[in-house]
Amino acid sequence: MIEALAETIREAAASGRGLRLRGGGTKDFYGNALHGEILDTRGYAGVAGYEPTELVVTARCGTPLSHLESILEANGQCLPFEPPHFGSQATVGGCVAAGLSGPRRAAAGALRDFVLGVKLIDGRGEILSFGGQVMKNVAGYDVSRLVAGSLGTLGVIAEVSLKLAPKPQVEATLRLEAHQERALELMNRWAGEPLPVSATAWHDGALTVRLSGSAAGVRAAAAKIGGARVDEPFWQSLREQTAPFFSGAQPLWRLALPSTAGPLELQGAQLIEWGGALRWVRSSESPAAMRAAARRLKGHATLFRAADKDVGCFSPLEPVLERLHRSLKAVFDPAGIFGRGRMYPEL
Amino acid sequence: MGASLPVVKALRAFLPQRAVLHEEEDTRPYECDGLTAYRQLPMVVALPETEEQVRQILRVCSSLKIPVVPRGAGTGLSGGALPSGEGVLLSMAKFMRVLRIDPLARIAVVQPGVRNAVVSELAAPHGLYYAPDPSSQIACTIGGNVSENSGGVHCLKYGLTLHNVLGVRGFTIDGEPIELGGEAPDAPGYDLLALAVGSEGMLFVVTEVTLKLLPKPQCARVVMASFDDVEKAGAAVADVIAAGIVPAGLEMMDRPATHAVEQFVQAGYDLEAAAILLCESDGTAEEVEDEIARMNAVLERAGATRMTVSRDEAERLRFWSGRKAAFPAVGRISPDYYCMDGTIPRKRLGEVLTFIAALERKYRLRCPNVFHAGDGNLHPLILFDANDADQLHRTELFAAEVLEKCVEVGGTITGEHGVGVEKINQMCVQFRPAELELFRAVKRAFDPQGLLNPGKAVPTLARCAEYGRMRVHGGRLRHPELPRF
Repeated sequence: MIEALAETIREAAASGRGLRLRGGGTKDFYGNALHGEILDTRGYAGVAGYEPTELVVTARCGTPLSHLESILEANGQCLPFEPPHFGSQATVGGCVAAGLSGPRRAAAGALRDFVLGVKLIDGRGEILSFGGQVMKNVAGYDVSRLVAGSLGTLGVIAEVSLKLAPKPQVEATLRLEAHQERALELMNRWAGEPLPVSATAWHDGALTVRLSGSAAGVRAAAAKIGGARVDEPFWQSLREQTAPFFSGAQPLWRLALPSTAGPLELQGAQLIEWGGALRWVRSSESPAAMRAAARRLKGHATLFRAADKDVGCFSPLEPVLERLHRSLKAVFDPAGIFGRGRMYPEL
Repeated sequence: MGASLPVVKALRAFLPQRAVLHEEEDTRPYECDGLTAYRQLPMVVALPETEEQVRQILRVCSSLKIPVVPRGAGTGLSGGALPSGEGVLLSMAKFMRVLRIDPLARIAVVQPGVRNAVVSELAAPHGLYYAPDPSSQIACTIGGNVSENSGGVHCLKYGLTLHNVLGVRGFTIDGEPIELGGEAPDAPGYDLLALAVGSEGMLFVVTEVTLKLLPKPQCARVVMASFDDVEKAGAAVADVIAAGIVPAGLEMMDRPATHAVEQFVQAGYDLEAAAILLCESDGTAEEVEDEIARMNAVLERAGATRMTVSRDEAERLRFWSGRKAAFPAVGRISPDYYCMDGTIPRKRLGEVLTFIAALERKYRLRCPNVFHAGDGNLHPLILFDANDADQLHRTELFAAEVLEKCVEVGGTITGEHGVGVEKINQMCVQFRPAELELFRAVKRAFDPQGLLNPGKAVPTLARCAEYGRMRVHGGRLRHPELPRF
């Protein structure tokens, strides 16, 4: 099967035919307009290796993400970065290619932090291995983390090895009333104290905090933080964007900022995650205004969901970085067949 | 004579006299890094103090097509800062300023010549620290840590340098400013920061680093557990992980290592044990008490013959002192020692240790083992006398066999020390020609003329073919798929 994928790629490269790498299609909405013939990766599926005592799993690209997570769950382990699925068809390959992390990101790290190795099919149809199944590995450039989040523009992530973590023994969610400024201050202050805070969110005057860890640790931290216990599946609704905030037709912007940046002075509803570093904004303000606001605060703005994406979903790159992106794209995909324009028009 | 070199003239046009060294007595201290077996006098040493000077040095070298080798404190163990005889050794030693510590944002912005331990010292009054702690942390610099993606004894829980660097700033070989990552997460585009960390100074020169600081755990305690068999100790490590525990540190030392150490620092190790484990818990007092109880239960079930929990901070530090002093301790019982750095899946530990024991007999050399058991990173220390050419040769063969065994069991030739010049032949064993070619192409994307730290980390195909021939002469041909010229 992997050989068949490689063969398709070799043919496409020879004829210059554009390919669009796709698993379950749950992230089709993400990034710029889609071009090229679909190369379905779902046929190459399955968990190739799982050693709970090594805290490592190796899965093929087409493996359903929910299947992988249920296997980990049965062994008391998890993907610590809580990747969003955005639909039941989500695959492991699509998850890594999208590079998105969920509510635990500020506490546990991003998806790329947990990538240990990949088997990659490049734009020549060569099957290449980088990294491995061990946590410490500095042999060669870190190509496996480079391709995480590359949106299928560098190659097929045919197989990926991910570092895992044990599931927390106990979790508790608390809710406090706080205006935005106060919430930002609390989130940053808590993160600087030895508290088992595993997620934070603020929206509409309510600050929600999740604590994860040992029973004793969570109990002590809950007493310190205060607020009311919440039992609803709140974090799941953020992770999968099923919360009411995310529904509706208005463009959804994702602003990544230094966590201590003050409240944004932009029109529209806001929802804050990741201790202040992630600000979701539903707004019809012009893309130029959104990007300028993010840049002023030393961050960047992504047009995450919108009907009209002509302006480009991702913040433009500095000229030197743009040049490096083109050079690297040519290294991995010399014929320029993968995901044309999905990330930037010139890639 | 050196003063008449065009590059010296060009550098002195904007650098003070004392910042451009070319006399042998001045350049001699730069001839090697922590791997002293490889030495080479640089043609010129440049010691810039400002980003503008770095930019100009790179522009000069790139227009004269002169190689540039960046260097931090020179503590690296793989020869990554070995100078080029025709090049400029770019010492970043004067970039020693901590530019900013922001306790609320939990970041430190530092210059690359700042020593690793200084960051935690300065963060301590805010209840914060910088997690990666390579054992050379009092001397090694943040710039070197970024180049090598350095680890330490707390990687399993807190990650490597890669996981604790938020952004870097620097210059390409053409002197163009480049900035990757930053305080805001998930920079747009490809994750070039991941590519930069661990790139052994081959892609661009770093002049500023933004580090993530973590809250200092309220308390930490360590369990010292003895085992009468190294394989049992290895199995105990797996049991700890299987129980859902992620220790702050999890280290193993075998009997030869504990004996060497105990003579040196009196850490209180059990000298009867075939191996000891140090298993640390950190967090709030409640969390630590709970976790230590769970660790004790698992280790006891795994057959520990003796267990001691540190009673106070002084005892905890004493237990760790032996592990942290393992390399100098071994240096006292042998004229020379050679430190390896392979990583293996933990479950193959018993097999690899048995293999090493067989090599001790084959090459008639001793080899104590210290092991970052939590993350599978093995540091066998081959004892030898460099004045005996045959011992040196046997050591090289011994080391090559160990590293290749690491690859064979699904691991890697280097966990945290880097490839440098030292392990460049073993890269031919770990990677196939197409993968090595991709590494070379990535290098060209950043440095088309191949001037930054040339000859390190990524071997040429010709070199791999040559190494392949050597291995055939050794009687084995393990990689017939390698093209041979």
